Amino acid sequence: MRPEATEESPLLSVRDLKTYYSIRGGFAQRLLGREAGHVRAVDDVSLDLRHGEVLGLVGESGSGKTTLGRTILGLVRATSGSVVFDGNEITAMSERQLRPLRRRMQVVFQDPHASLNPAMTIEQSVGHPLKIHKLASGTEYRQRVAGVLETVGLAPPEQFMDKYPSDLSGGQKQRAAIARAIVMNPLLLVADEPVSMLDMSVRAKILQLMVDLKREFGLTYLYITHDLATAKFFCDRIAILYLGRIVEIGPSEAIYEDPKHPYTKALLRAIPEPDPTRTVPRDLPRGEVPDAARPPLGCSFHPRCPVAFEVCGWESRDLGDLLEARWALEQEAEYEAERGLIENLGDLREPRLEVDLRARNRRGADILELLESARAGDPAEPFWRGVRKLDAVGERVEIRWHEPVTPRAIDVDGVGVECHLYDDEALAEATRRRSVGVEEAHVTEPG
Amino acid sequence: MTDQPVVSVRDLRVYYGTIRGSVRAVDGVSLDIAAGELVGLVGESGCGKSTLGRGILGLLPEGAVSSGVVAYDGMNLVGMSDRELRRLRGPDLGLIFQEPMTRLNPLMRIEEHFTETIKQHEPRLDDASIRRRSLETLGRMGIPPTRYRQYPHEFSGGMRQRIMIALALVLRPKLLIADEPTTSLDVIVEAQILSILADLRTNFGTALLLITHNLGIVAEACDRVAVMYAGKIAEEGPARDVFTEPAHPYTAELLRSTISLDTEVLHSIPGSPPNLIDPPHGCRFYPRCPHAMQVCPAKDPREQILADGRRVSCWLHGPEAEVPEGGTVPLEKEEIGVADEA
Repeated sequence: MRPEATEESPLLSVRDLKTYYSIRGGFAQRLLGREAGHVRAVDDVSLDLRHGEVLGLVGESGSGKTTLGRTILGLVRATSGSVVFDGNEITAMSERQLRPLRRRMQVVFQDPHASLNPAMTIEQSVGHPLKIHKLASGTEYRQRVAGVLETVGLAPPEQFMDKYPSDLSGGQKQRAAIARAIVMNPLLLVADEPVSMLDMSVRAKILQLMVDLKREFGLTYLYITHDLATAKFFCDRIAILYLGRIVEIGPSEAIYEDPKHPYTKALLRAIPEPDPTRTVPRDLPRGEVPDAARPPLGCSFHPRCPVAFEVCGWESRDLGDLLEARWALEQEAEYEAERGLIENLGDLREPRLEVDLRARNRRGADILELLESARAGDPAEPFWRGVRKLDAVGERVEIRWHEPVTPRAIDVDGVGVECHLYDDEALAEATRRRSVGVEEAHVTEPG
Repeated sequence: MTDQPVVSVRDLRVYYGTIRGSVRAVDGVSLDIAAGELVGLVGESGCGKSTLGRGILGLLPEGAVSSGVVAYDGMNLVGMSDRELRRLRGPDLGLIFQEPMTRLNPLMRIEEHFTETIKQHEPRLDDASIRRRSLETLGRMGIPPTRYRQYPHEFSGGMRQRIMIALALVLRPKLLIADEPTTSLDVIVEAQILSILADLRTNFGTALLLITHNLGIVAEACDRVAVMYAGKIAEEGPARDVFTEPAHPYTAELLRSTISLDTEVLHSIPGSPPNLIDPPHGCRFYPRCPHAMQVCPAKDPREQILADGRRVSCWLHGPEAEVPEGGTVPLEKEEIGVADEA
């Protein structure tokens, strides 16, 4: 997604960034030098972060938000693409070249209990970066540590300097971790779920501290979180991530007031709100974030999307899920009968656009009947829009799906959205395919 | 309170022995849960909510002492032998934990988990019936029969939690305690699990206690809510009433400090929860309470029943007769030092 250019050059500029992790296969595969594939943790991400801005990277587990943060910090090597921080291209830098930049980009992690060394006093932990970068010593060192402790609300500092992390509460530890991150006056602070592990009444205190620091020092934040509520309060702009891609990015107000992507809409509806007039929402997307090593074809969100259509990427695995969901609700005998009908159910585990289901000792028409009964049970199910051809031929049923189109970033009133619903070309393509006509399911007698 | 409760807790106390003294994790709690009712138990970490859940089921670690009454089916579960309790667990009392991965045996197929659980309590049930019952319960949780013979690692986090719920439900317990069942799950999956739990009321008539730190979950899913602070229940009543018009200052402060999509100004409760070895005298919330009065540190609050059936332990709600002369004068509070801040 390409954010529009601004006069001032951004503090951070990410372009077409990809971070893939390779999967180590079994012993035999490694012996033969075969790769078992890779996980696209960050898949073609572009974003800009202006000075003094707070950008939220929001996503569920497995969305790639943490990997994106770590790649930007140079803690994980990018597979391709570019990250320009304060005028420096960092993706190709060695650890030694990165070190002086680290002073200007710092990080706060989720778990304050794990991010502070239990054997170091608070003074040692917070002052450690000053020692490593040889920025201060003696009285100046102590003064700077005391000053920063006071800034984060650990006052009077003398009371905390000689304490160990175990003497502090969760909120106090997170304050110390923030103190360590800002002791060298960084330009960018990457905060990875900094309040998620804290109690409700403490979250507000830490978030307030982060707001104060932004005001006082003009800090720029990359706020990584799964929590849309704190992101709404804290962020100027929001990027919603799903399976390694930014599916929606724009000003916070626009995202919350008028979410565009079906995934963003679902997320916002699912948040439990302390509002007594609300009840548990029932119309939620099914399933969970899929395995990033075997992402769905087309748009990654299509299997869960209530409004997906022809070109969104419907495929064999979606039919497998559909049958499983049906069988979960059936009596054992019914299920046994239906399952026994199909000989090669395993073919629905691999991504394919063409599958021939073979009937076991029966006719293809029997499988077709099963599929038609599933369709009749829920005609609104978007899966059926992706089916191009459904034919019973002798002992088998031929199923063909529409060729998927990969979604691209579309600008809708200043918000970037990766969804075919907003892409005129994709919509036109879908209409064209519809007019060509989904051949009505029919039975062809062989010979 | 509605008809005959499934479980009736009276003055339950659970103390943990430590080197520094005994921790009064649960200190005089009373609570009823009726069949088909979903009661939420909320509070911050360390308030004793998990201990209360385990105390009700008699699942306390060594070194914990409990007293009081947990009345279930004409029995008192407190002081019952482990053997007797074990017989009740499953067909009568169920527990769902927070982390589903650590509770399923990675070396056992889902089928084996179910067979073992059912055989433990109904040794004479034949294999076909076991299978039918397991598949039916799993199906209701949305787990297809095609996956009955798979291992736990082949399932996603949300599916594992649904398997755990099915495993607890297959014996049709009358009382189910769910301790932070959605905390490690994604928000959409969390909502899926919550709608399953909410449906248990009608489908199984289970009495359900949902322990959580998330006020939003309670507001959306629960019939009643008990708000716990420092080992005691501050307020308990219909969820809608409690959230619309909190009676206890702690409930009000907790609601105000919760960051939701409507939050425009951040608010936090000054100070931090007390340690439970030596909690404050009188009301345990008074050092942090914006409405603290002279009577609050002097006398333990008395539980009052409000017009809408709510129970609240706060001197703001009386009884006036027991407030001493000048007791309602606002308390001059010492400044809360940042050092005591959380």
